[in-house]
Amino acid sequence: MLETIVVPLAKIVVLLNAVLVAVTFLVLMERKVIAWAQSRLGPMRVGPYGILQAIADPIKLILKEDITPRKADKYVFTLAPIMSLVPALVVFAVVPFGPDPFYYLSDINVGLLFIISVTSIGVYGIILGGWASNSKYPLLASLRASAQLISYEIAVTMTLVSVILTTGTLSLVGIVEAQREGGLWFAFVQPVALMLVFIGGLAETNRAPFDLPEAETELTGGFHTEYSGMRFSLFFLAEYANMIVISAIVVIMFFGGWLQPFPNVPALAFLGFVPPWIWFIGKIFLFLYVFIWIRATLPRYRYDQLMALGWKVLIPVAIGNLVVTGILKVAL
Amino acid sequence: MAEAIVFWTLAVLILGLGIAVISARSAVHSVLFLVVNFLLVAVLYVTLNAEFVAVIQVLVYAGGIVVLYLFVVMLVNLKKAPERYADPRRVPWTGTLLAGAVLAEVIAIGVYSTVSSDGAAATGGGLGADTPFSDCGSLVSCNTEQLGWVLYTSYLIPFELASMLLLVAMIGAIVLAKRHL
Amino acid sequence: MTLEAPRASTTQFDTDELVINMGPQHPSTHGVLRVVLKLDGERVIDADCVIGYIHRGIEKLSENRDWTQIILLTDRMDYVAAATNNLGYCQTVEKLMQIEVPRRARYLRTVLAELQRIASHCLWLGTHAMDIGAMTVLLYAFREREFVLDLFEEFCGARLTYNSMRIGGLPLDIPPGWDKKVLSFCDLMEGKLNDYETLLTNNRIWLKRTRDVGVISGDEAIGLGLCGPPLRGSGVPRDVRKDEPYAAYDELEFNVPLGTRGDTYDRYLIRMDEFRESIRLVRQAVEGIPEGPIMGKVPRLIKPPAGETYHAIESPKGELGYFIVSDGKSTNPYRFRVRPPSFCNLQGLKRLVTGHLVADVVALIGTIDIVLGEVDR
Repeated sequence: MLETIVVPLAKIVVLLNAVLVAVTFLVLMERKVIAWAQSRLGPMRVGPYGILQAIADPIKLILKEDITPRKADKYVFTLAPIMSLVPALVVFAVVPFGPDPFYYLSDINVGLLFIISVTSIGVYGIILGGWASNSKYPLLASLRASAQLISYEIAVTMTLVSVILTTGTLSLVGIVEAQREGGLWFAFVQPVALMLVFIGGLAETNRAPFDLPEAETELTGGFHTEYSGMRFSLFFLAEYANMIVISAIVVIMFFGGWLQPFPNVPALAFLGFVPPWIWFIGKIFLFLYVFIWIRATLPRYRYDQLMALGWKVLIPVAIGNLVVTGILKVAL
Repeated sequence: MAEAIVFWTLAVLILGLGIAVISARSAVHSVLFLVVNFLLVAVLYVTLNAEFVAVIQVLVYAGGIVVLYLFVVMLVNLKKAPERYADPRRVPWTGTLLAGAVLAEVIAIGVYSTVSSDGAAATGGGLGADTPFSDCGSLVSCNTEQLGWVLYTSYLIPFELASMLLLVAMIGAIVLAKRHL
Repeated sequence: MTLEAPRASTTQFDTDELVINMGPQHPSTHGVLRVVLKLDGERVIDADCVIGYIHRGIEKLSENRDWTQIILLTDRMDYVAAATNNLGYCQTVEKLMQIEVPRRARYLRTVLAELQRIASHCLWLGTHAMDIGAMTVLLYAFREREFVLDLFEEFCGARLTYNSMRIGGLPLDIPPGWDKKVLSFCDLMEGKLNDYETLLTNNRIWLKRTRDVGVISGDEAIGLGLCGPPLRGSGVPRDVRKDEPYAAYDELEFNVPLGTRGDTYDRYLIRMDEFRESIRLVRQAVEGIPEGPIMGKVPRLIKPPAGETYHAIESPKGELGYFIVSDGKSTNPYRFRVRPPSFCNLQGLKRLVTGHLVADVVALIGTIDIVLGEVDR
């Protein structure tokens, strides 16, 4: 009873809260980092150095009026934000924060596929949100978004297959263990795959320079133009939760998850005093920082260029990487 | 017991959603019901310990194919039906025939499986003791490995044929869609 | 039997054009421009500009104000480049009245006009980059624009609408030490320009977004009446400062950057070069400011003789011209008409965006650098 129901439930509650709180602070982090990149201070009024802004923002969003356009499809309009947030949160069920079963909710044998398939459900929120608003800009944006997500998903999945080839397992814990046994992060074994997954991840989370679906200067906010208040903030939460998911995937697949750098080098063994989950979360934040940094630096792609990049560059390179990995795997 | 409850609940839900798919007034709602339907079927696979199939069901059907349905449904103006479908007395013979054929097939499979199940269970696709996965634990099944093994040994030729078929279909679709290559 | 779909059309589906309304409330139409776009998918097949949302009747108002009061109204046209508006108007009246402007005033006017060009281009660069998604450049460019505004504030007390010139010269002499500050700003600006270029000029995405977007040939640009950087981007060597020098431009050295391809990237490069040329001009002008009076001999009551005149200057956005008719009797113009560069360049928008994607529309609105206050007046 305790083992099968209470403990998992407690873990779920802790995990959900942790993710949502992390998201609010991620928003603050984004505002701060971009502000510093642009020689500004960012939020400074709420709390010391604006730290409490992370709490003030959600409160503001919850208290705002929640408008449903008269011509919108009411049910789908309400459903869309939920459909975009839930998959982003469900993914955390299989993310291992540490080596023991204590640190993760479940370790299923198809963990990686589970993540890919659940994130692919997230696209519904965006398409339906755009369609249900019954407005032109959101519709255009949601078409862009769905085309973009589907194309980049193919590239990312293809690339992940080559990582699976090297490890021989789909379990996320297994993938990290394989990196421990190999003594080398897969970032060094599969550098091409790392680049592909990271670029594809940027595109899948609709982040700059691939933030076309919400290109504010073109489509006035994109698929969530007509949303306000709490429903808008659900989309917001989903976007940032997805950023964390992609960072987590990159860290697990290529940067040894909870492992310290070069786990088998005795000279670096002293790094073991840092608990594994701190390594994991620290690495995730490093990647989140890169996400934000890129947003502050690069201009935006155009829609056709984005599709060309996905189909004509990323997918062929991913297939090539897969073939090379297969040949090397057989040859060695 | 618990398994039976889960199965029957799911079965009723799946059938109910299936009816909702064809009876919903808005095409987009229809597609949405279809998505939920597929997700529930995936859950059904999980109860059968077929996690791989479940995940692929979600990935390919819910995450891929239905998105494309939605694409089409959203873009095509469905307010006015084409004229030749507007006649209420028209009997769609092709559709009726196809539905009948599918029903007959389902019944045939049902009859066949009940007849054969009292014989040697699962003759096709069963794994012999010579596969390297005989030591798979019961808690975490390794059906991904099993599936891969079966696909690339017993069913290699059908598998390759299917992939050829898909390739041909893909090229055909491109040729049809793109007039000026 | 109508089963056979007509095969003649290129596609078997009936496709509708999507008419989409961009603006007047849109984050990147630079004010209250409204563009009615007809789309085929995401491709623009037609675009209509609807203007007039910020029309204040400045031309008509001017016909009821006396000659000095009009300077203040010209501030409100291109409100990000008020000094050049003032300059154009004052010179037109001076031409009408044949007033000789002292050399010191002409030099100072050049300094102000070129500083204004830097400020205006900063605003263009920031918003143009922002439209294409590079949001950091916006903040950087505005930071430098702030320095120019500080200089103007020190000179005339205002930061946006300066009212900084008078018919016959300048209202004020420069404060002590101001020229040093201008020179140190020039040094600073040169370094910052390199920063901008690091972020954009060789950035692949920036190149992809601007190269071969909105290409227009020189002949076509002339035909559409384009002026300023959009015209020079197509390789037409037209710059009023060189062709019909005014203020102190005939005594200073500067180049007119020209484009070769006539695309958005060329127009970007030209404006980046114009930054440098402006800095060069400001340096020369500040170092060469002669001693002397700042006002010419102007009658107490400004009443130009009967007649009409047209005079144009090179404002940051292009050729800014004033056409003024005086009846010689009253203390206000009989007819006052402005040829605003933004308005003329906006005419080219339809030609530029047709055939491009929605995303290019914002890039092209950015590249022609319009200010709606000047388009509508």
